[in-house]
Amino acid sequence: MKRNKILITSLVILGLVAIFKFVACVTPEKPGDSALNSDAANKVYVAPGEYDEFYGFFSGGFSGQVSVYGLPSGRLLKVIPVFSQDAEKGYGYNEETKPLLNTSFGFVPWDDAHHPELSQTNGETDGRWLFINGNNTPRIARIDLTTFETAEIIEIPNSGGNHSSPFTTQNTEYVVAGTRFGVPYPQKDVAIDSYAENFKGMLSYIKVDEKGHMDIAFQILLPAFDYDLAHSGKGKSDGWTFFTSYNTEQKHDLLEVNASQNDKDFIAAVNWKKAEEYVAQGKFKEIPANYYINRYDDDTHTATSNLKKTVKVLTPEDCPGLVYFLPTPKSPHGVDVDPSGEYIIGNGKLSADLTVHSFTNMLSAIENQEYETTIAGVPVLKYDKVVGGVVVKPGLGPLHTEFDNEGNAYTTFFISSEVVKWKLGTWEVLDRIPTYYSVGHLMIPGGDSHKPDGKYLVALNKITKDRYLPTGPEMNHSAQLYDISGDKMKLLLDFPTVGEPHYAQGIAASKLISNSKKIFKLEDNQHPYRALGEKETKVVRDGNIVHVYMTTIRSHFAPDNIEGIKVGDKVYFHVTNLEQDFDVPHGFAVQGARNAELLIMPGQTETLFWMPEREGVFPFYCTDFCSALHQEMQGYVRVSPANANTPLKWSTGEPES
Amino acid sequence: MSKLPRLVNTLAVVALLAVFLWPIWQIVLYAPQYPDGVKMYIYVDKLGGDSPGTLQNVNILNHYVGMKKIEPDSIPELKLMTPILLFFVVFGLITAIFDKKWMYYVWTLLLIVTFLVGLYDFYLWEYDYGHTLDPNAPMKFDGASFQPPVFGKKVILNFVVYSIPHIAGYCLAISAGLGILASFLKYKFSKA
Ligand SMILES: [Cu+2]
Repeated sequence: MKRNKILITSLVILGLVAIFKFVACVTPEKPGDSALNSDAANKVYVAPGEYDEFYGFFSGGFSGQVSVYGLPSGRLLKVIPVFSQDAEKGYGYNEETKPLLNTSFGFVPWDDAHHPELSQTNGETDGRWLFINGNNTPRIARIDLTTFETAEIIEIPNSGGNHSSPFTTQNTEYVVAGTRFGVPYPQKDVAIDSYAENFKGMLSYIKVDEKGHMDIAFQILLPAFDYDLAHSGKGKSDGWTFFTSYNTEQKHDLLEVNASQNDKDFIAAVNWKKAEEYVAQGKFKEIPANYYINRYDDDTHTATSNLKKTVKVLTPEDCPGLVYFLPTPKSPHGVDVDPSGEYIIGNGKLSADLTVHSFTNMLSAIENQEYETTIAGVPVLKYDKVVGGVVVKPGLGPLHTEFDNEGNAYTTFFISSEVVKWKLGTWEVLDRIPTYYSVGHLMIPGGDSHKPDGKYLVALNKITKDRYLPTGPEMNHSAQLYDISGDKMKLLLDFPTVGEPHYAQGIAASKLISNSKKIFKLEDNQHPYRALGEKETKVVRDGNIVHVYMTTIRSHFAPDNIEGIKVGDKVYFHVTNLEQDFDVPHGFAVQGARNAELLIMPGQTETLFWMPEREGVFPFYCTDFCSALHQEMQGYVRVSPANANTPLKWSTGEPES
Repeated sequence: MSKLPRLVNTLAVVALLAVFLWPIWQIVLYAPQYPDGVKMYIYVDKLGGDSPGTLQNVNILNHYVGMKKIEPDSIPELKLMTPILLFFVVFGLITAIFDKKWMYYVWTLLLIVTFLVGLYDFYLWEYDYGHTLDPNAPMKFDGASFQPPVFGKKVILNFVVYSIPHIAGYCLAISAGLGILASFLKYKFSKA
């Protein structure tokens, strides 16, 4: 009896221990980060006063801006406003930059900026300009890298969701734009379910001249697929551009299901050199289309808007050999061309494998007319005649691929949240490393060019969760920096970003430094309301419009006392910064202004509009701590009732002889 | 043999001509806010700097402590130095042609004296700029002098100021040196 009791008790205890052990085994446990190698801190340390080796231009997504980070330090260098008004710099608020945001829809002070693209010469980044697309109101902007400021914005007509853009050709002959959303062509009031019949997908080629000025050279009319991303060829494939498409089902509702039915969608291969020939032969239709070209001039310090009325449209039916479709599994997102120009990677985001087309195969398939079928005049090449290789089951949800200079490719996988390194030609997977979390684009400086700098890789992630101190429900997006100089990728750094960086491009600092402008020469200032010295300052009334020709120099405004302004006047403060010293901007703000401030660079003139609505005496002051006497840099403007007879007068004390 | 002093004096004249090409003197100001320095150049006939805005930038800095504005138009020496130099060029060539001993001596001595007078004049200007201060200046420092050194280094408030010859300054010295050499050679040859 007693023995039995002991036995039973023992068994029970043993059983409990076993159960406990079993439960303990399945207790949820957070998978650990990959071990950070101990020299990571050394590798990202950039000593005070030193510059980073590379700089990355990160799109801001819905911030409409571009942010610039040093690499490898991850230090934020600058935020460049592009499609969004920026009160910090008065961008889109001052009279000079407002025209940059004009569109055929009117003034649009926001956009969704996705893909920065550095200008190239011979397929290499050259440090002249950065282009970036605006998605919502289709636009492309050009940032001048001598000033890190937006210099031009062109609107893309016949387009909706300018996503497959700007992706330059190898000598920046063109940047491209492809519509992600099919839209009625021409835009009109039709039933949405007449999609297949009335909707089209337009690809646009925007010519870039040697000054960087953009204009639409031609558009190509295609079926209303969703043209998602693009890359132009280089080296042997120079002269071609490749656009991915999804929704080849041409559905218009519940796309997450309806546009995910076809096993293969298409990469559209466009022969743009052929297109140039067709345009020269007059094979285009000149179609009415309203779009704006807005350009900033460094001499007048002013942007002007130019409304264009027509575009040249090429149709594949009329232009054989212009476009081919390359079947690609499945709903491909990014399309990336390797540094040699031979391989075209279709990142089929719903596909288990990664499809790589061969440019050489494509040319012979075209030559031998290996067509599966023809859609709207576009031959569909046979898949097995164009495919060059397949990376088998590398991960889940491939989105984008970039390259190093040693024949390796690096692909991001959104669903499995990792970067996978694989070999071009052998298609074998070499390495994989987690990202935190759900990586979208990746960036290797020069990684989409003919000459990548295969030292660092940046993962641009869509989800942040626990990476940083929680800041309420909204978290900054995260980026990780990896060392890719060895066989194994190594995590070096993790840093938060501005807005939602979709894509980024990187360039060696040495390609930027020598181009940078330090001041604007005062003698070159051609602003119509400039005052090139204090002797030229004045206040001019024209009806109820008042122009104030004002100057700044350390540490006063001229004039700094103004009287004779009346309630309801439209006052324009045209402020010229007379400084000719590097890094001496002055600011200008006046009480009651309902826009923003001015931030005027040396030698520049900027204009703030002000409509006083109350009588009184209102201070204005310098907003940029310019000097030891910055606090004294202030003045007054007296506002009299609308019917008053206060004489117009202005003065500046006697600051110095 | 007797050609040597003439040749050396001609070289001295060539060195003088170089003075027209480069600045004679430079005043370089370093401060925490000016890591690359503000470099002001004094030419034979103008004032300048390493950027077109240098003079304006120096004047802006000076106005805080009430120093006078440096205006090239108000400095008569800038108009005088060219004819003086041309005189030495012509006289130097005449010396080389006529090859008279006294000419060598006079030319060299005059050049050195002129150089020293020029330096003294430079000191007077610096003294004037450094000490004539606007009583209404925003910043006042009791007993402070803002006079840059004639030659060498001096700390003035937040600035470290260097005053040193530029290329043409060295050319001037070389020219005087060659003048001395020519005189010495002439003296030696005429004794022999
Ligand atoms: Cu100021």
